[in-house]
Amino acid sequence: MAKYVGTSMKRREDPRFIQGKGGYVANISLPNMAYLAIKRSPYGHARIKKINTKKAAKLPGVIAVFTGQDLIDGGVGKLPCGWNVPNIKVPTRWPLTIDKVRHVGDGVACVVAESAYIAADAVDLIEVEYESLPAVTDAKQAAEKGAPVVHDEAPDNVSYTWGIGDKAAMEEAFKTADHIVQLDLVNQRLIPTAMEPRAAVAQWNAATEDMTLWTTSQNPSPIRLLLSAFTLGIPEHKLRVISPDVGGGFGSKIFHYPEEIITPWVARKINRPVKWVSTRTEASTTDSQGRDHVTHCRMALKNDGTITGIDVKTWSNQGAYISTFAPLIPTALYLTLLSGLYKVKGIWGEMVGTLTNTVPVDAYRGAGRPEASYLIERLVDIAARELKIDPIEIRRKNFIPKNEFPYQTPVAFVYDSGDYGALFDKVEQMANYKQLRADQAEARKKGKLIGVGVAGCIEASGPAPSAVAGSLGSAVGFWESAKLRVHPTGKVQVYTGSHAHGQGHETTFAQVVADELGVKPEDVEVVHGDTAQIPFGMGTYGSRSISVGGSAIVRASEKLRAKALKIAAHQLEAAEEDLVYDQETGKVYVKGSPNKAKAFGELAFAAYTAHNLPAGLEPGFEETHFYDPANFTFPNSAHIAQVEVDADTGEVKIQKYVAVDDVGKVINPLIVEGQIVGGIVQGVGQALTEHGAYDEHGQLLTATLMEYAVPHADMFPMIETGRIETASPHNPLGVKGAGEMGTIAATVTIANAVMDALAPLGVRHIEMPLTPEKVWKAMQGSK
Amino acid sequence: MKQSVSITVNGVEHTQEVEPRLLLVHFLRDTLGLTGTNVGCDTSQCGSCTVLLDGAAVKSCTVLAAQADGSEVTTIEGLARNGTLHAVQEGFWEKHGLQCGFCTPGMIMTAVDLLNRNPHPTEEQIRHGLEGNICRCTGYQNIVKAIQYAAEKAG
Repeated sequence: MAKYVGTSMKRREDPRFIQGKGGYVANISLPNMAYLAIKRSPYGHARIKKINTKKAAKLPGVIAVFTGQDLIDGGVGKLPCGWNVPNIKVPTRWPLTIDKVRHVGDGVACVVAESAYIAADAVDLIEVEYESLPAVTDAKQAAEKGAPVVHDEAPDNVSYTWGIGDKAAMEEAFKTADHIVQLDLVNQRLIPTAMEPRAAVAQWNAATEDMTLWTTSQNPSPIRLLLSAFTLGIPEHKLRVISPDVGGGFGSKIFHYPEEIITPWVARKINRPVKWVSTRTEASTTDSQGRDHVTHCRMALKNDGTITGIDVKTWSNQGAYISTFAPLIPTALYLTLLSGLYKVKGIWGEMVGTLTNTVPVDAYRGAGRPEASYLIERLVDIAARELKIDPIEIRRKNFIPKNEFPYQTPVAFVYDSGDYGALFDKVEQMANYKQLRADQAEARKKGKLIGVGVAGCIEASGPAPSAVAGSLGSAVGFWESAKLRVHPTGKVQVYTGSHAHGQGHETTFAQVVADELGVKPEDVEVVHGDTAQIPFGMGTYGSRSISVGGSAIVRASEKLRAKALKIAAHQLEAAEEDLVYDQETGKVYVKGSPNKAKAFGELAFAAYTAHNLPAGLEPGFEETHFYDPANFTFPNSAHIAQVEVDADTGEVKIQKYVAVDDVGKVINPLIVEGQIVGGIVQGVGQALTEHGAYDEHGQLLTATLMEYAVPHADMFPMIETGRIETASPHNPLGVKGAGEMGTIAATVTIANAVMDALAPLGVRHIEMPLTPEKVWKAMQGSK
Repeated sequence: MKQSVSITVNGVEHTQEVEPRLLLVHFLRDTLGLTGTNVGCDTSQCGSCTVLLDGAAVKSCTVLAAQADGSEVTTIEGLARNGTLHAVQEGFWEKHGLQCGFCTPGMIMTAVDLLNRNPHPTEEQIRHGLEGNICRCTGYQNIVKAIQYAAEKAG
């Protein structure tokens, strides 16, 4: 039946991007526009003693200078937290801080000027007198007695604690274990680094008292809600938030940021359009960052490799403030994934969320799930080595059998579907695993350090059933909306609450609609990102767009087909149950008499002329659906990498990378492969090169792309990808989501490969990133 | 303090009074309104702002407008001719060489320069040639394929 779903359509959004016509926020230019710049803290932790703005205000071309107190006096509110786990302490966060600076980059004042250059000059003229304070940057040290206090509202630096699982079963497993693997690890801080720095443009209409804000957000409707209800105070019906083309997000553009409060506040204050564009250094010191766990974990096993218990304790670095969804990440997206692909009864996980003098931490691609996969798959790998079992064999021994889905884990989730054995069959065959091992044995004889890394990972995608989210602490629901407007000529506009910032929704969603209604994709326009056009929508993150947003589109399409049948039945003088809606052509015809038919366009036109509709049927041809998912979906993967470690320099070279993923049904294989490969490269970045590093004063040592090493093209061979498809029963498309699986699996796959290469030297574990320096030192230490 | 510069951009000469410190990328984006060239970093690492200056790829965030006085600049907007995409642009579309599109103009201009200098690069030469351009979305793989496509098309 599907004509377009499942095909590799070229992306419809590409012509504008490849010709330099992308509509990014920073490209917006409005008449009489002024430019905003923010004065930021150079200290990790300091008390503000005095702010002198006089020199800055006198600079020709400066329109105004505002401090944090000016904003508070002008009515701005505190930034709220949208995920409130029990007993959480959410310390005060103003758009610009007034008492202390708590991380490098914390904003203290702002300047609005006639040009961006003048605004930058004026920022340098603002004089802030600081009293430097001792800082704490480490997640675990922050919770120790005597640590510098980041907020008086949380004197122990602990914002919240959380735990899940069956502790008694876990303890029993360790009591009766044949073998226990212990591992202390750090999942290091990452800086998301979307290529487009954040930006905001605000336009105030003093006549109508309407505000329009263009912002680089993954979810404009929730941002409008937060601005209206908490931070800016302009009501939702007078506030339009537009997220146009957005240049990547990876989670970092989900959250509510001070600049999207300050920019419209200043625009209204000076009654002129105002633009703010982040520099890269500002991005590195203000965009929410990722990961940053200190973890003690252990695994209990039987001698035959059966896993009986997993015990985890993590200190999760929340940074200087609690970002919008920060508490979700290390709780319901991390500890709930500790079962991995495995059938294990005795799982217990607990965590402490600590405040530190670092940039706030929140969701970054994978968000909790890479951290869970990393520790599980490192433990399994070490167990395999210590028990002398092949790493794939030990995994197979513990898989949840394919006939046991839906599978209830001991850590809350019910996995939807999967066939982990088939997944590994395919990756073993594609990678020629046995040959890789034979080649490795040969290479080792010649003194070469070749490693083969294996990982099998699980993800919970498509957040989330709203009631479940609510029970876990969410302040909002996680449904998605779709409005399908069929015009009288049969052309279709899709208004989706999802937001694309690289994912290709304008193509994928058109493919879905084309097959649902029997129209051509080119007759379908996808509209997203503008709160004045779309229904309230929750936006894009957690690989949710196709499973939640796409499902909303399917349900709205079903409503349109039902209406089409009613109109056709009336006009063809047939009973509805005698009609067939042909989704290949959009025609509705009488069963057995295909010539007695109405075309999609005819039905759309009839719905609007309303000359001949069944009694009681409303005119018009437009349907909306708010889709609340039945459950999360659970993509899974098996990845194999071969690396060579240079015995002299410690440099890691990836020789081969094979990824087999089950992301459920696939709408556009070209786009899905792009998501997987792009995700893998990002995941490899964590394994080999990336680290958001702070010194003991809270100074960020990697604030530019000179120091923060994102992967480059020459680090990789061609990555080979394969798929198996087990349809998710949780949504009408059978999809699971493809945005994050690559990242989740790649980090630990590469880490396992490097440890495999170094195993003959007796190296058990090295903390990421596995830079030549660290690997070389580990090799020296083993001699 | 301002000085006059004449820069030919995509075949059209522009004479403007500019601040000596004005960066070429801001001249293109803000003075001329050619916003296809993006700015992704402060330190000349990301390559989003790459344009051709007298035929050679440069990072326009690291060139002053004053330095480009008397020069010819080609930006992403000037690459297609008479409505026909350049082979590199076509390659990016065919091979899904872009996702968010932000690094794409710089990537394409770098690729044009690479193929001008070496019409038949190996995969390794392409990957090395992209060393000064960062893409966070694609993992580079389809960008490499896009450049291979363009090289093959040129014959």
